[in-house]
Amino acid sequence: MAIRRGRGVAAINYPTGMNLGGDPTQALVHSTPTGNFMVTLSSVDLGQGMKQIMAQICAETIGVPTDRVVVDTADTDTGPHCMGTFASRGTHRAGNAVIQAAREARQVMLEVAAEELEVNASDLETDGQGNILVKGAPQKSISMFDVALSAHFKRGRSISGRGMFLIPRSYPEKETGAMKPSTCYAHACTVAEVEVDDETGEVTVLTVKNVFEIGRALNPKMVEQQLVGGSWMGISHALYETTEPYYPNRDHGGTDFNQYLMPGPGDLAETEIIVLERPSADGPYGAKGPGEMCANPQIPAVANAVFDAVGVRIDTLPITPERILRALKAQAAN
Amino acid sequence: MELRKSYFADVRKDDLHEIGQPRPRSDSPGHVTGKTAFFADRNFPGMLHLKMVRSPHHHARIRSIDTSEAEKHPGVVKILTAKDVPHNVYTILILIQVGPEDETVLADGKVRWKGEAVVAVLAETERAAQEAAAKVKVDYEVLPAVFDMEEALKPGAPLVNEYHGQNYYLYDSGECRKVRFGDVEAGFTGADHVLEQSYQSSPIEHAPTETTGCVVAPEGNDRFTCYTNTQAMFFTLDNTSIILQMPGSKLHFVGGTVGGGFGGKVDVIVEPIAILGAKLTGRPVCFIYSREEEMQISSPRAAEKVVIKDGVMKDGRIVARKVTGYTDAGAYSRHSPYGAQKGAGHYPGPYTIPNVWIDTYCVYTNRTPSSAMRGFGVTIGDFALEVQMDKLARLIGMDPLEFRFINAYRDGDMKAHRQPTEGAALIECMQEASRAANWPVAEKYMAMSSYVKGA
Amino acid sequence: MAKVPVQFTLNGSEKAEFVDSGTTLLNALRDKVGDTSPKGGCHQGTCGACSVIIDGELRLSCLTLAETCDGAVISTTSGLSENGVLHPLQRAFLDTFATQCGFCTPGMIMAAKVLLDHTPNPSRDEVVEALSGNICRCTGYEPIIQAVLTAARANSQNAA
Repeated sequence: MAIRRGRGVAAINYPTGMNLGGDPTQALVHSTPTGNFMVTLSSVDLGQGMKQIMAQICAETIGVPTDRVVVDTADTDTGPHCMGTFASRGTHRAGNAVIQAAREARQVMLEVAAEELEVNASDLETDGQGNILVKGAPQKSISMFDVALSAHFKRGRSISGRGMFLIPRSYPEKETGAMKPSTCYAHACTVAEVEVDDETGEVTVLTVKNVFEIGRALNPKMVEQQLVGGSWMGISHALYETTEPYYPNRDHGGTDFNQYLMPGPGDLAETEIIVLERPSADGPYGAKGPGEMCANPQIPAVANAVFDAVGVRIDTLPITPERILRALKAQAAN
Repeated sequence: MELRKSYFADVRKDDLHEIGQPRPRSDSPGHVTGKTAFFADRNFPGMLHLKMVRSPHHHARIRSIDTSEAEKHPGVVKILTAKDVPHNVYTILILIQVGPEDETVLADGKVRWKGEAVVAVLAETERAAQEAAAKVKVDYEVLPAVFDMEEALKPGAPLVNEYHGQNYYLYDSGECRKVRFGDVEAGFTGADHVLEQSYQSSPIEHAPTETTGCVVAPEGNDRFTCYTNTQAMFFTLDNTSIILQMPGSKLHFVGGTVGGGFGGKVDVIVEPIAILGAKLTGRPVCFIYSREEEMQISSPRAAEKVVIKDGVMKDGRIVARKVTGYTDAGAYSRHSPYGAQKGAGHYPGPYTIPNVWIDTYCVYTNRTPSSAMRGFGVTIGDFALEVQMDKLARLIGMDPLEFRFINAYRDGDMKAHRQPTEGAALIECMQEASRAANWPVAEKYMAMSSYVKGA
Repeated sequence: MAKVPVQFTLNGSEKAEFVDSGTTLLNALRDKVGDTSPKGGCHQGTCGACSVIIDGELRLSCLTLAETCDGAVISTTSGLSENGVLHPLQRAFLDTFATQCGFCTPGMIMAAKVLLDHTPNPSRDEVVEALSGNICRCTGYEPIIQAVLTAARANSQNAA
């Protein structure tokens, strides 16, 4: 009887957005009289950080610091339609809608600035700090504060924009299955290292090294949050989680956090996260959806590592000590 | 976390101001001070509590429902049964033309899973609602139930859901979603090895720390404000509008701040009945799942069975792959027909294989309806695919990582569902994993690129 | 049903309420007093989201009857910052990106505060032990562990 060590690898891809498309999201952007920007949505923040990311996307597009942008979501009396937060679609779909709305608002802002500065709007640029400058003559500038005041009280212009993003729905061809499930895919490769106690069947995940390709890390710290949490959930799925431990038997399902098992803070694998960025053609600043796929590769990587350690295949999730011991027993009997 | 900027540097501009910056989260100050308003943090004077009477049986006919004792219980204000729900038979994906309507808001004549909602009790306190719910008498005639997908698909199996007429979802392509690419049988015939393996999962709960729920307040003008933790505001509003036969203009949903979702809050379950309760009593209503309800009543990730048959050559090329996927929808569709066909679009995984055959089935059984969860339609498939890849590599005596390089998809490769590959990055992920994990592969694999086939 | 009077100090303020016998402290705080910073994640003592500090001890308010808190000194996360200045733990949770959905955060901060009150320079294992009654489904715990260790370091630097 011994503690045996093994490692396994898995590589995966994952579609961004609702399968087969047809899932629209809209956004509205407008400025306040003093040059702050409101983004109005009905998109839902589940904790992944939708509000913060939409603020950064709007700020980048308009050319202001992120703290000048406020995101208002989700109220169906004010926010335009969003299909919802699922299918790794939030950043991709809503982000594109916000870019379109912010571009329209930016154009009005530049037109008002052009009138104030008596130049052509096409000759203007933003400095990212809340100012509009004449290209090549940066000493000639106007603040967005003054542009917004002018738009509101002098020129009667609404610095605002509308955005809508829709990937047309694809209908699978009946016989061949020809279809377009998604427009862009995130990627991952995970190597897991485990120890298996062949006396108790217990698995300890020592390390997971995850490489994720996500298009663009719009906010690297927030991407890290999702990827670290997702990697934990993948390990949790691999080894612990089930509402029906003896499926298809309906009995023995957990009803609370004592019975529904997940790794706690004392059960963590040493986790390494590496991010690659291949911008997607249709993503907001190249972003793809990282939220779901980051919890997938750990499951097979752990399963393969268990085999590498003790030479038995557990092809049924979760990979419990009981299943490992039964497999070891069968292996010994052969 | 490390960003490896050296990859794909030629197709990326890193000249942005706000994007790519680790700006602090605007919502965190509210979280750390306890000021963030989740839906259940709204409290209204006179708010009623809704509790469900649930089926103790997996499959049963309802002979009669007697609410007389419950109605007399102190604090009870209203009791709702199927006849109170204007459009009681619904399905949520009807909004995108995926029918038929197959589920009841409150059971009508039959229950099809243990835990199904039968009677809603509204009372002054949670305790009164709970106690009164225990006094509702439902007379059941227990029917044979089926829990195993293979059993459910056999002729003569108990019929789970009459709205479908058979124990699988009927796609326009028939009993399953199909993908046919190349000649899979010829591929098997020409292969050096053929390996067929079966993989299985059981349901998984999202287990968000905040349970599913809503708080509804009548606005006094025939409109109702619903504070909700749904993941999809208008999807829920529009379905509620259908179920209650109430114009959407009468409904005002406020949400967007959710204590974890993971796909578990995309069903439309609590809002319609809570709004109906508010409408019929004129009082605010809260309906919040208990932890036990969240764990066993709310939709889990579906159990899946995946059978993969591969033909592989000694040199490492996979020449044929046949995948048969079964998704256990439980008693009702919810999002499962969509998830099952998402699998059809995902197989055979991120590999270029010339001959592919895919069938994905959505199967009905007498268990808690499953629905979307993080990785919907793909997570369990990836488990099966990637364990299968490991087995294939060992079968032909090849390093499992190198085996994946040989088959990895690259830009321009035709996928089984007949879309050319764009924006691939699997090879680069594996190259970086090889370095990070000190898992060396042959130099020719480290020199590969997703850009150009054969480079 | 007869009401029970209960008086306690909450975050430095005197509170007096009449509650139904059997009312949990969690419900009394949220529904009567209006402090919604303790969260009801399970109402059965398995998630820690309702954690509060009673007379210096970490307690689950969902398993504590309000009527047993007469005369108690109670602290919750909503009372942690002073004059708008965040407590070092709150600051650390922000700086280390240790919140995602935020639902477990108030309870996590309470558990961490009791630890640091008793053990100003905890080891990682002590932090893990202190947080082990609190469920988080988003973060994978590591950022929360780091936040508590960061706050402890900040405290010891301020004290030095």
